[in-house]
Amino acid sequence: MDRFVFLTFDGLSRGAVYAAFALALVLIWRAARIVNFAQGAMAVATAYAGYSVAAATGSYWLGFAVALVAGLVLGAAVERLVMRFVDHSSPLNQVVVALGLVLVIQAVLGMIYGNEYRPAAAPVSREAFTAGGIALLSRFDLFVFGSVAAVVALLVLLFTRTDVGLRMRAAAFAPDVSRLLGVNVGGMLTLGWALASAVGSLAGMLVLPTELGLHPNAMDIVFVSSFTAAVLGGLDSPVGAVAGGLIVGLLLSYVSGYFGATVAPMAVLILLVVVLLGRPGGLFAKSTARTA
Amino acid sequence: MTAVRERVPTRAGEVVRGRGRLWILAAAPLILALTYILPPFRTYQLATVGAYLCVTAGLTVLTGLNGQLSLGHGALMATGAYTLALSQNALAGRGQWTLAVSAAAAVVVSTAVGAVVGLAAARLRGPYLAGLTLAVAVVVPSITSTFDGTFNSDQGLSVALDPPPGYIPVERWQAWLCWAGALITLLLLANLIRGRFGRNLRAVRDDEAAARLAGISVARTQVMAFVVSAACAGLGGALFAVLAQSVSPGAFPLALSLFLLMAVVIGGLGSLAGALWGALLLVALPALANSVTDRFNAPRLEGNLPLAVFGVVLVIVMLAAPGGIASLTRRVRNETHPDRASRSRFSRRLFRQRRQ
Amino acid sequence: MTDTEILVGTHMPLTGPAAAGYSKIAPATRAYFEHVNAAGGVYGRKISYKIMDDTYNPATTQQVVRELVLQDKVFAILNGLGTPTHTGVLDFLKTNRVPDLFVASGSRSWNQPEKYPGTFGFNPDYTVEGKILASYVQREQKGQKVCFLGQDDDFGRDSLAGIEKILGPVAAKQTYVTSNPNVGPQMGALKQAGCQVVMLATIPGFTALSIGTAAKIGFKPKFVVSNVGADYDTLAKQLGAAAPLLDGLVAANYLPASNDANDPWITLFKQINTKYNGNAAFDNNIVYGMSVAVLFVEALKATGKDLTRESLIAAVERGGFKGPSIAPLRFSKTDHSGYAGEQLSKVTGTTQAYFGDAYSTDDGDGPVKAYTPTVVPPAALPTQK
Repeated sequence: MDRFVFLTFDGLSRGAVYAAFALALVLIWRAARIVNFAQGAMAVATAYAGYSVAAATGSYWLGFAVALVAGLVLGAAVERLVMRFVDHSSPLNQVVVALGLVLVIQAVLGMIYGNEYRPAAAPVSREAFTAGGIALLSRFDLFVFGSVAAVVALLVLLFTRTDVGLRMRAAAFAPDVSRLLGVNVGGMLTLGWALASAVGSLAGMLVLPTELGLHPNAMDIVFVSSFTAAVLGGLDSPVGAVAGGLIVGLLLSYVSGYFGATVAPMAVLILLVVVLLGRPGGLFAKSTARTA
Repeated sequence: MTAVRERVPTRAGEVVRGRGRLWILAAAPLILALTYILPPFRTYQLATVGAYLCVTAGLTVLTGLNGQLSLGHGALMATGAYTLALSQNALAGRGQWTLAVSAAAAVVVSTAVGAVVGLAAARLRGPYLAGLTLAVAVVVPSITSTFDGTFNSDQGLSVALDPPPGYIPVERWQAWLCWAGALITLLLLANLIRGRFGRNLRAVRDDEAAARLAGISVARTQVMAFVVSAACAGLGGALFAVLAQSVSPGAFPLALSLFLLMAVVIGGLGSLAGALWGALLLVALPALANSVTDRFNAPRLEGNLPLAVFGVVLVIVMLAAPGGIASLTRRVRNETHPDRASRSRFSRRLFRQRRQ
Repeated sequence: MTDTEILVGTHMPLTGPAAAGYSKIAPATRAYFEHVNAAGGVYGRKISYKIMDDTYNPATTQQVVRELVLQDKVFAILNGLGTPTHTGVLDFLKTNRVPDLFVASGSRSWNQPEKYPGTFGFNPDYTVEGKILASYVQREQKGQKVCFLGQDDDFGRDSLAGIEKILGPVAAKQTYVTSNPNVGPQMGALKQAGCQVVMLATIPGFTALSIGTAAKIGFKPKFVVSNVGADYDTLAKQLGAAAPLLDGLVAANYLPASNDANDPWITLFKQINTKYNGNAAFDNNIVYGMSVAVLFVEALKATGKDLTRESLIAAVERGGFKGPSIAPLRFSKTDHSGYAGEQLSKVTGTTQAYFGDAYSTDDGDGPVKAYTPTVVPPAALPTQK
């Protein structure tokens, strides 16, 4: 029984990180209709910035804030300086450019910081509270849940209650009409990238203390799991991203725990196949495509 | 039928006319000559290009002509490679024919896997297909850890190979094998593309509803395209195993699938010539980047600088020549611009969410 | 190779997830060669070291090793790193008759003199180390439940084989793969089995992960770790605030400890590191890299002025090298394994130090023998300057 409890909380904790990252992917998808393959590398870069500041000033929270701000800046920069100039006739071009960016970012990080695993300390304890001998959550797990929940709530508020959010949605859904109505479509696109990148940075700061450490390739696996989660939930649906993230986290945890770590990816694949066979647009797809 | 033909413009440079097949046949003696002229390491690189060409050709047909985005072709290569490894380890020592048997087995098994993935993916479009194939790319290497008795987990297997016949140097023999495979693959693909299969592929890519109205079974076409490209990838993977004399999950990481995709896009989607450019790029670009950065001996630059150069080149090429290298050469050759309308229509289809 | 230069090459993971730690080894080796070159080289020949990045991908190893042998025409391959990566090039190096010296791995694959006469190991075999660590457990943790967590390859399997030769079957065993940095399920299973001693055949990242994750679930057994993943500095950095968990960690090693200020080799290595290695952060990876260089230079000097590939291999097989290690070096016509012993170390507070005797044994059923470790200082070696 306590194994199950432990695996559940472990899975939820990881799942929350995947949910946040998947949310970042969904944000860019909704804004620009591409999957940002560079999201993981961008998150790592901002994490390096954050931890450098934390090490220099001694304050984790300052570094944390710097990482988020760096995420905003980096996202906006990537969109303005690179993605804007990519030929939009084929979305594959943007994918290739993103992959090229990944190589550049990871290589530059390696050149500046070296390829060692740097310690990525958690701001709060990672020891689990126990109740009756069963290990439950740790303070850090609570921090993860809290942050992700806050971000989701903020994004929901932004998109549904604010003017900016409405304009962003309009620019994504119907760019030509929005332009006619006076929406700065280009600016909204940049804003979307910036927000998504900041959310990705948050996810990175949350997951790195639980892994091997800070390293240019540290977010590669998280990207894969999160992309799968986003696809599972439906790329158009932020709710789907969160649900997908939690499901993937839990599934990986249970399967690793009961059947062994090597079988876990297969379980995710099987789940993906089963879901996509029935709903080719993901679990929370808004409309089901009619296919032969 | 006429309606379908009109909607599927033939782009200059796509290997649909008989001329393309002549090029392929003419290449054979040229490659043969090269294997005698080039020094051993260059011959090995030539062989590697041949192995990659099998895969890129299949992938460019799938993604370029049929519009299905696959991030899992590295896993299909792995399937072919491991099949060849297991087959060779069981059979080797009995003569060169074992290699043919092993290669055939590799193609059969990867075709089967491709069929399974293709069936699962037939209804998926764009990023959903990408997500599924991404999961496949991650799962296949992990299978080697689950069944580590057979596949020996991360450490992999050596491939038992007979030495080349006679006094042929190893590298030359490898180049012959790889290019035999590559040229056969190209010929078969060129024939397929030229016929009804190719027309169906492009019809489905450009407008599914119209294709269905014209009587083309969309699902069957998608699956067939996947199967064909999987067979090519399996052969490519088998040749990889012959070149490396070993197989391991580390040789088929997710990065490989992504590099394959990058190569076909930069080479020029949908064109077999583009597949050749892509294969050349996969071998030449890292080598060039390494030689450019060799002079700098700083410990942190070692290894990182070539990657940075590679990435920058990729970004620049994509910004400057989005149609890929093949489109550049096409433009130079024909002095007419490629059919922009058809390209953008098919490309938007690639990633568009179905809105009913 | 010419009258004035010897070119040797290596393949190492300089970038990518496996590069942590290992990327520092080859530059350190090169720095030592610079030091020797500055004093005139070996019999007038300067040693050039070409380092190629294979990102721990065996397919890339094939390419770079071929480039080194066929294009750069290196005289020998030195310290190729990684079991899956290097296994793939054994046949190629044999066919091309290239000396394959001092492979950076403890697998037994490098010790096949009939099959690969030019390949020589360096690290103590994992089985040897497993036996030595197990004999410690047998002495000091008598009667306790012993469990095992190891990498799912030769490293883990050979270590476990060595352990079980001494202790018999372990109470519970788990494996991990480097592609999956979550060892929660494995530690949970070991906790459930009630283990009191956990023996780890893990790389440094996973040692830290295991210890940290175990603490997270309230599991605090005694950890005994392979030399591959036991460097205190690396582990403490990874664990950060949880570094006190390392107190009491038992491990073994065979090279001078980087924090040992009294060791003459460390003093020498530190000087070389400052002068020729850009004053990189001095740790056990740098000690390792330079120790390999020391051994290679000894081998070159033992070969004599008339240097050919065959004479080099013959010189290595004659053995008798001293080097900076406290372990016996097993090189002969029938044994290409490399170092065959280790000394135990323990972490007390925040210091990791050797204690007690050193032990040596073999891959088979031979006993684990204790001996007093002595080190030949660099000045005493007739071949070192």
